[in-house]
Parts: sequence; structure tokens; C-alpha cells
Amino acid sequence: MAYSVKINGKTYNVDVDGDTPLLWVLRDVLGMIGTKFGCGIAQCGACTVHVDGAATRSCVTPVESLNGSAITTIEAIGATAAGAKVQKAWLDREVVQCGYCQSGQIMAAAALLAANPKPTDSDIDDAMSGNICRCGTYGRIREAIKQAAQPATQSKGG
Amino acid sequence: MTDLSRRHLLRAGAAAGGGLLLSFSLPFGSQAATAFAPNAYVRVGEDGSIVLTMPYVEMGQGTYTAIPMLIAEELEVGLGQVQLEHAPPDEKTYGNPLLAGVQATGGSTAIMASWQPLRQAGAVARTLLVAAAAKRWNVEPASCRAEKGEVVHPPTGRRLKYGAVAADAARMPVPKDVPLKDPKDFKLIGTPAKRLDAPAKVNGTAVYGIDVRPHGVKIATLTQSPVFGGKLKSVDDTAAKAVKGVRQIVRLDDCVAVVADHMGAAKKGLAALKIEWDEGPHARLTTADVARDLEQATLNAGPVAENIGDAAKALESAATKVDATYQVPFLAHATMEPMNCTVHVAKDRCEVWVGTQVAARAQAAAAKVTGLPLEKVVLHNHLIGGGFGRRLEVDGVTRAVQIAQKVDGPVKVVWTREEDIQHDMYRPYWFDRLSAGLDETGKPVAWNHRFAGSSVVARWLPPGFNNGLDPDSIEGAAKFIYGLPNKHVEYLRVEPPGVPTAFWRSVGPSHTIFVVESFMDELAAAAKQDPVAYRLALLDKTPRTKAVLTLAAEKAGWGQALPAGIGRGVSVQNVFGSHLAQVAEVEVAKDGTVRVRRVVAAIDCGIVINPDTVRAQIESATIFGISAALYGEITVKDGRVEQSNFDTYRVLRLDEAPKIEVHIVQSGDAPGGMGEPGTSAIVPAIANAIFAATGKRLRKMPIDSELLKRPA
Ligand code: FES
Ligand code: FES
Repeated sequence: MAYSVKINGKTYNVDVDGDTPLLWVLRDVLGMIGTKFGCGIAQCGACTVHVDGAATRSCVTPVESLNGSAITTIEAIGATAAGAKVQKAWLDREVVQCGYCQSGQIMAAAALLAANPKPTDSDIDDAMSGNICRCGTYGRIREAIKQAAQPATQSKGG
Repeated sequence: MTDLSRRHLLRAGAAAGGGLLLSFSLPFGSQAATAFAPNAYVRVGEDGSIVLTMPYVEMGQGTYTAIPMLIAEELEVGLGQVQLEHAPPDEKTYGNPLLAGVQATGGSTAIMASWQPLRQAGAVARTLLVAAAAKRWNVEPASCRAEKGEVVHPPTGRRLKYGAVAADAARMPVPKDVPLKDPKDFKLIGTPAKRLDAPAKVNGTAVYGIDVRPHGVKIATLTQSPVFGGKLKSVDDTAAKAVKGVRQIVRLDDCVAVVADHMGAAKKGLAALKIEWDEGPHARLTTADVARDLEQATLNAGPVAENIGDAAKALESAATKVDATYQVPFLAHATMEPMNCTVHVAKDRCEVWVGTQVAARAQAAAAKVTGLPLEKVVLHNHLIGGGFGRRLEVDGVTRAVQIAQKVDGPVKVVWTREEDIQHDMYRPYWFDRLSAGLDETGKPVAWNHRFAGSSVVARWLPPGFNNGLDPDSIEGAAKFIYGLPNKHVEYLRVEPPGVPTAFWRSVGPSHTIFVVESFMDELAAAAKQDPVAYRLALLDKTPRTKAVLTLAAEKAGWGQALPAGIGRGVSVQNVFGSHLAQVAEVEVAKDGTVRVRRVVAAIDCGIVINPDTVRAQIESATIFGISAALYGEITVKDGRVEQSNFDTYRVLRLDEAPKIEVHIVQSGDAPGGMGEPGTSAIVPAIANAIFAATGKRLRKMPIDSELLKRPA
């Protein structure tokens, strides 16, 4: 069946089974490879996108469940205020290593900051513990989120 | 690692496009100094571009930043002026001299192998460029100087960009001896440089192996015999073929793959297959069988890895004796990017897209399956979403080519996480038996250590396995840091039936350091001495090791009181050419749950290329080790791996991650490896901290919380 999906402000029609996870529609059908596959069972967060602004595991989100919701992926998150701050902080703090988990980390962090501009450590724990990083960049992720949460004028960077 | 520089062969020639091409070579392992071949390339284009072909692959360790720093330092250019290319598969050219000439990124060797030759390459290129400019100006080269990609003649203020003299430089005679900079004059090396690969990794544009999409590519996923060594008996694919988007079912001897338009359809098709397996000889295998075999093996003598004095005799007359056995489990790599490989097999040609630590081996694997000559296999190497040793193996390439042979057009074979974990090649299980003797003062006078386990080297690099021993399995156990009068170490190679083994981050020392540093802690306890002071007394002959231990203890506040249920543990090592001490602060809850609260590391890894990378690697390797200590265990039942995804093969998460402080000791020694030491060091530090907190000695990994439960 054909479904229409709204991704990063554009509408796409895709002809797949309704239970096809959004992740594969993004990566394999539409060629948006920034969203990653890590586990397929909502355990790692590599596939995190925003569905109407909420961090969502696309690997367990059937395309038929979207009902016209607005999807945002790593490819477009830099256009949002929170996303841009997070990306900058990620570079300033040298967070990435292999980088494979980082699309998902950035999407989770951007959703956190958009909803909660001043997260506490335990807010960060809650928002980010669903995202695994095998390279162990957790300490830097926490620091980068704190930096991104600073008002722009106080942001030092690095 | 002794003075590679004198044995270099440097050649210059005109590069395609009219620039200066500089190739240089490294000796391969211990082969005679005549066996030189070009090893890497620096290209200075007429447009001033400087392209470095990278023999080492980026998998998160920062090598794409640190390696260019070496060249840029001597070449007098900014990091921003250097461009990078992946090396094509070519073992003759890009073989890693520290891995016996195999084109591999592993064992924390990249910086060690590149330290001299890459700086040399930069220095020679700079000298030629300066000479060319001096000739054009008709002045003495000595009156000129290079800076920021230009040659300058200070007396007249004239300047020429490198690109402008590149063609001339290619025709200048190559100087014999080019002095390298004194480390105190370094401008780049030792400064925190921004990672060159970071921007693409934060905006989703970085292309990993799993991201390639050659025109018309289909997606396949697979299931291999769940029992090690089993074969495919029959498969009913009626329901699978009916799934929308499924194109083809591929049957191999021991594997079925579903080829589809997208991974969603491929997975759905896979789930719809009805498969019967011929389970083969390992159908009843359990981990306990493997452990029992190893334990049995250690009852008999094995090849001697090291012997000093007479440990048996010294043990007899010792005042106190301490005996223990230790075990470490099979471990999966669980790299964040699941196994994948994209292949297009055509009649007379095969194209492969993959992220690999061993490009030449990957190419050879494809050639072997297809029967094509090497030059008909084109390999595109990509960023790796975590290697940890898994991408030193080419089983995934072989598998993908076997499948692609039956598919028309390119096919991307993507393993599910379940397949990735259940068909990994595992860190070996090891069993260790130790006994030590102490004199009246508590000092160790005898040390006996015998252990059994798989030799990865024997399979991966057969010439490295000699007289029953290989250097990796015994690193950290033989020739360790402590000065002991009587020491005897034996290693028995015992391969587990059916279970494939491979290198895993921190390789041999992931086992030996846990055992040695835990047992040393036992000796300190038996002697009723402080674990740090006890170790320091044995480190007089290894001052760099002693210094990092002293520093880590001081920074960690060693000796200061801690609340009940919290303990500090220490470990110290010199492996991969780096000295590292770690102090872990660990909390053990009443229900036995273990939490690592804080880790303090002190490292001397020789001259630091990029201090931020050193910190990042210690942080990373430490988290990797904590995952292993707390949760890491692959078990086998009925010939099958019992774990399957991150729910059953747990790894550390952000809310569990401790504060990690890294203190770097300034050093003028040649650089050591950084990607791995943190993993081997942290595991015993945690076990020792648990002992300090609870009095319980854990001799088997991973930590069993049941053993740590206290009555409420
Ligand atoms: S791939 Fe979706 S959470 Fe892991
Ligand atoms: S950076 Fe490698 S998994 Fe997170």
C-alpha cells in the first residue's frame, strides 16, 4: 500500500507494507542514510528521529502509525534552534569517536533541550540512557548537553 | 620499534598531475633491511593541496587526525591544509610493519608504526620544496624557511606557495639525511587538534559501510546455522516469498539469505522462513564444557612463556602461599554498526564496499570466493562504526560475496543485531591457575602462572605462533612490570570446539591484566599491605610504570576514607607500549549491584600526538572495560549463543557511566598505543575495588552480583 510521509518538511509517497518500520523507509527506500540501524528492538537509540518533536525509535515505528505526523531526521535537525546548538556543542566538546551512534544521540539531545532548556543531570540520564554508545562517549555527551543548554552569550565552546 | 628512521628508503618522483609525490617505505617486521617497498604516499599538488593516503582506517580512535598531524608538523602546514584518502588494498605498499606486514589497523599500532616514517616523509617533502624555491630565487636553501604551506626567504621577504614549486621539487635530488624536529619545537604535535572527521558525523553525512547505495542495490539479511558448524537441511520459503518487497531467497550450505527492496521486507521475509538445520557435532555444546576442557588442560605442564630463577623451589620454602584460579568469559564485540558488506559480482569483476580494518585481506577473500584474480576485485573501504577487532576478520566479506554470486546486481548484506551477536568471533574464554609464595615480610618470592585458552594469533597470523606460544596471548603475563626473583609462566593453546575466536579490544591483556592485577592484589592482602605501596615496592626497575601508579594514586586520593559499601581498587600495566594506572571507586549496594562511581587514570604513552585523543581513548576504553566487567558474557547452550541483542548482551549506558579523569604524564619517549590499554586496566581495578568494599574476591568475570548480596 502507498503511504505518504512528511519528512523534514517534504512529503514522500512510499509503497511498502504498513508494518514496515520508518527506519527502513528512511534508509533504504528514500536514501536518507543519516539515521542509523543498531538493534531493531528499541534498545540502542541509533535510529532516533523526531515524530512531531518527540524523540522516537524509528526501528519500531510502523509507517502506518504515522498518520501525517511531521518527521525530523538528523539531516534537518541543524535547522532547529536546539539541534544547531547541540551540533555545535558536539563539535566543541569533541564528542564523536566512530560516530555511528551520534545521529541518534544528537536527535535525543535536541528533543530534550527543545522540551527542557535547563535539564538537570537526572533529566539528562532519563533522556539519554536509551542511547547506547559503544565508544563510550557518555561523559562528553553530558558535558555537551550542558554546554548547549547555556544561553548563547555565555557559551564558551571547547 | 628501535630507530626505524635509519632504515627508510625515500624516493621522490613526479606525481600524476605534475606535483611532488613522495613515497616512503617501512621495513616489514623483522625482515632484512633490503625488503623495502613504498609504504604510503604524500602528494603535494600544484594547487598546493597536500593529500595523504591513509594506511589506517578510522573507526573512532582519531587516527584520521593524529596521523596527519605527524606529516603536517614536519611539512610546516596547518592541519586544515591536509586532505586524506583511504588506501587501496595493497599489502606490499601499506602493510603494517608492527603487524608483520599485514595491512591492518589493530593492536593500537598505528601511531607506533607511523611515528618516525611519517614525520620523515613530511621533513623530506619540506626540504625538497625549500630547495626548489631556493634554486628559483638563486639563494642558499639554508637562508630560506618553510611556514604554513609556503617557502619564505626572510632577507628579501619573498614567498612562494608549496604548490608553485611542487613540480620543481619533484625533480630535486632526495636528501639523504633530514633531521627531524626536536620535540620542544613541535607546533602541532602535543596540541589538542579538532577531529577532522567530526563535522560529517554530527550532521548525518558521514558514509559508513552500511550506508553505501550503489545504483540498483538490493538489501539482504541472513540467518546462519544457529548451532556452530551446523548445515542447512531444508527451507520452506513459501510465506517469505509472499512478503511484499522480497525478491529472492538465497540458500548456502549453512546459511539462508532473503534479498529484498529494503531491510524491513528482508527481515519480515526472514522471519517467515521455515528452516530445518542439521545441527552437526556441536549440538550439545555448552560453555561449561569449554571451561572444563580448559581447567583440565591447566593440570598439565605447557609451553614455557617465561622462566626466571626457580619458582617451584622458592614456593616450597615460602613463608606464606597463595593459590587461586581465574576465569574470563567469551565476549562479543557488539560494534554499534552491525556487520554488513555490499557486493556486486559481475562476470569478470567483483566490487566490494565495506568498512574493514584489513583492506587487502577483504579483497583476497572476495577473490577467493569468486575465483577472480585480485586485480579484478575492486574494494572501497569506508568509515567503520566501531571496530574493536571485529573488522580484522573477513568472514562477513566472504559471506556477502557468496550471497552476491547468486544475485543479479549489487546487494547489501546487513546482519541483524541478533545475527551479529550470535555469529561473532569471540574474545576467547581463558582459565588460569596461579600460586605464589611470600617471604616473612610479605614480599613475593615465587610466582607461578599457567593458563589455557584459544590462540587467535595461531589462526590470524600463523607465523606468529611458535613453539606453542604467541606474543599476544602471553602479553602482560610474561615479562610483566614487576621485578620478581622467581617466576614461571606457561601457556597452553586449547581451542574451544566450534566457537570461533578473534581479537577483541585490548586482546591478550584483556585477560592477563585482569588475572595478574587481581592476583597481585591478593598477595598484598595476604601480606596485609596497602595494594599501592605493595606494587610500588616491586616497580624499581620500571620507573615509568612506577610514576603513573604514583600519580594515579595521588589524584584519586588513595588512602582517604570512603563511606561503607564503597571501595577503591587499583591496577597498573605496561602493554601496547603505554604505561597506565587506574584507580576505580566502586559502590556495592546491599542487593549486590555494582556501580563504578569514579575512575582516575594516569597514562604515559610517550610523546603525545593529540592529547584530546589520548583522553578520549582512555575514556572510551574504560567504558568498554566496565561493560565487560559488569555485564559482558557470551554463553553457549545446545551449541547456540544464548545472548542476542542489547537486552541480553548488556553494555554500559549513560546513567551508569562514571566520571573519568585522565592525567597524562609528559614524556619524551616514542609513542605507545592508546586504543586499548584502558580496557584491560579497568577490569581488575573494579574487581579490586569490590574487594576493598566487601572483602569478596571475584575471580571470574563478569561480576556476579549474587555473590555480593548482603543480608538486609
Ligand atoms: S535501532 Fe532502533 S533503537 Fe536500536
Ligand atoms: S561514537 Fe562510536 S558508538 Fe558512539
